[in-house]
Amino acid sequence: MKILAIDTSTHVLGIALADEERIVGTYVTNFKKNHSLRLMPAIDYLLKELNVKPEELDAVAAAKGPGSYTGVRIGVTTAKSLAWALGIPVYGISSLQVLARNGKHFGGFICPFIDARRGQVYTGLYKIGRDYSVETVAEDRIMLLEEWLAFLQEKQEPVLFLSQDWEAHEDTVRRTLTDLAVQGEKADMLPRPEELALLAYQQGEAIPAHLLVPEYTQPTEAEKKWLAEQEGKKDA
Amino acid sequence: MNIKNRQTDDELILAIETSCDETAAAVVRGGTEILSNVIASQIESHKRFGGVVPELASRHHTESITWIVEEALKEAELTLVDIDAVAVTHGPGLVGALLVGVNAAKAIAFAHGLPLLPVHHISGHIQAARLEREWQYPALALVVSGGHTELVLMEEEGRYQVIGETRDDAAGEAYDKVARSLQLPYPGGPHIDQLAKTGTANIAFPIAWLEAGSYDFSFSGLKSAVINTLHNTRQRGESLAPEDVAASFQKSVVEVLTTKTKRAAEAYQVKQVVLAGGVAANQGLRNAMEAAFQGTDMELTIPPLSLCTDNAAMIGAAAHIQWKQNQRAGWDLNGTADLALT
Ligand SMILES: [Zn+2]
Repeated sequence: MKILAIDTSTHVLGIALADEERIVGTYVTNFKKNHSLRLMPAIDYLLKELNVKPEELDAVAAAKGPGSYTGVRIGVTTAKSLAWALGIPVYGISSLQVLARNGKHFGGFICPFIDARRGQVYTGLYKIGRDYSVETVAEDRIMLLEEWLAFLQEKQEPVLFLSQDWEAHEDTVRRTLTDLAVQGEKADMLPRPEELALLAYQQGEAIPAHLLVPEYTQPTEAEKKWLAEQEGKKDA
Repeated sequence: MNIKNRQTDDELILAIETSCDETAAAVVRGGTEILSNVIASQIESHKRFGGVVPELASRHHTESITWIVEEALKEAELTLVDIDAVAVTHGPGLVGALLVGVNAAKAIAFAHGLPLLPVHHISGHIQAARLEREWQYPALALVVSGGHTELVLMEEEGRYQVIGETRDDAAGEAYDKVARSLQLPYPGGPHIDQLAKTGTANIAFPIAWLEAGSYDFSFSGLKSAVINTLHNTRQRGESLAPEDVAASFQKSVVEVLTTKTKRAAEAYQVKQVVLAGGVAANQGLRNAMEAAFQGTDMELTIPPLSLCTDNAAMIGAAAHIQWKQNQRAGWDLNGTADLALT
């Protein structure tokens, strides 16, 4: 069972090939450069290196978001189109869950987050089970960091933070959580495509390629505005 | 990977188009025979916003792309194994929307070791004419749509030279804006065309001829004049018959488009003239172009309405030239919002 895993939901472009639970190869860059241009050459390179033909793949896994809208779409579109063309299923895995797996040796709560601008973050709360399974404590969402931290503080337990955007938000986090906030180790701040492949294999649900869609966690700005206007009309 | 490259000129091309708000896929044989042409329009979804919302368009494309491609193959009664190449629009257009088609096309081509053909959206609109009849060179195309107003000269197959273009709004854009100020629903072009049929062109709106000899266009002055006229009459508590406004506006647009096209056609001594793009569906423009070229030795071709608006069959037709000329894209193909036509 060969799974090709693709994650382009942040600046990290990650690809992994796993044969069941054996990681065969990975390709990772943490570099703000065009994913749309670089993803397919990277897949071509990795498969060639590993001497695997596309038709030998059994499934494709994609980090389905949240994250950069465009980034997520590039990974999801490539994954579903590749899977559809090969007649194989896909797995859509939360990009935050992928990041949470980097805290697999931490006993407490794990909070992966991605900056979503204007004081907001894409985030969720996780715990790692005995068999390294990722257990969801609070679903993925977009939220003001301040509000999210107030929620975390109520737990009165240590929380491990995993994020490429940690530095920008460290002060805010420490102000609220003080010594309950645990900073992730540098290399653990970046999502790893091999964790995506393993999550798909161990916990994922295989679905037909057509059904894979991004998880944006919120409607478009235009839709939000329109919905608010409709509400206004109702109230008036 | 070894890319298949069957030497033939009746190749089967799977074409994908997602440059704006239509998710489209088609199968075309030899650049002329449409085996399927599937279009999922998003108009209903964008209507409430009075125009295309780029982020929403990208989202819809991602949801429906593989369904549409599958449907195109089904209608053509083929599978990917029968396909010789995958063609895709890589610009110009909404970049987020383009990226969906480009990444889907790359993945599908990669999965089956198929050549990838990169197609310019405007060359697609122009080559829609080839689905009707073979070209005679030199040829001239007037491409008019919501995003484009261009005069393109073709001295030989596969070579495009833009000799005139709009300096501000595209003709279709002006139509949509004027339609909005007449309180017509989106998209406004077809509504103005309808309304104009019953009106009289009795209001003198300005025409921007620009400097002598220029084949460029400008529609923002005309658009503003219409909007201001409507505003001012309303201010005075008077009203203008909307059908007369529509007829007068349309007359100005059609006159400048037709006159400049005819002048360019004569100057370059072309054998064939093509009217293409979404606004080519406009009856007023079609009639005026037909009248202008009647009795000349230049042949006028206007593709059927269904091939004038965005579709993927036209991309398959344009890709045939690239197939023949052995032009292929690499896996690093990207979507480009402002891609130039060459
Ligand atoms: Zn178009």
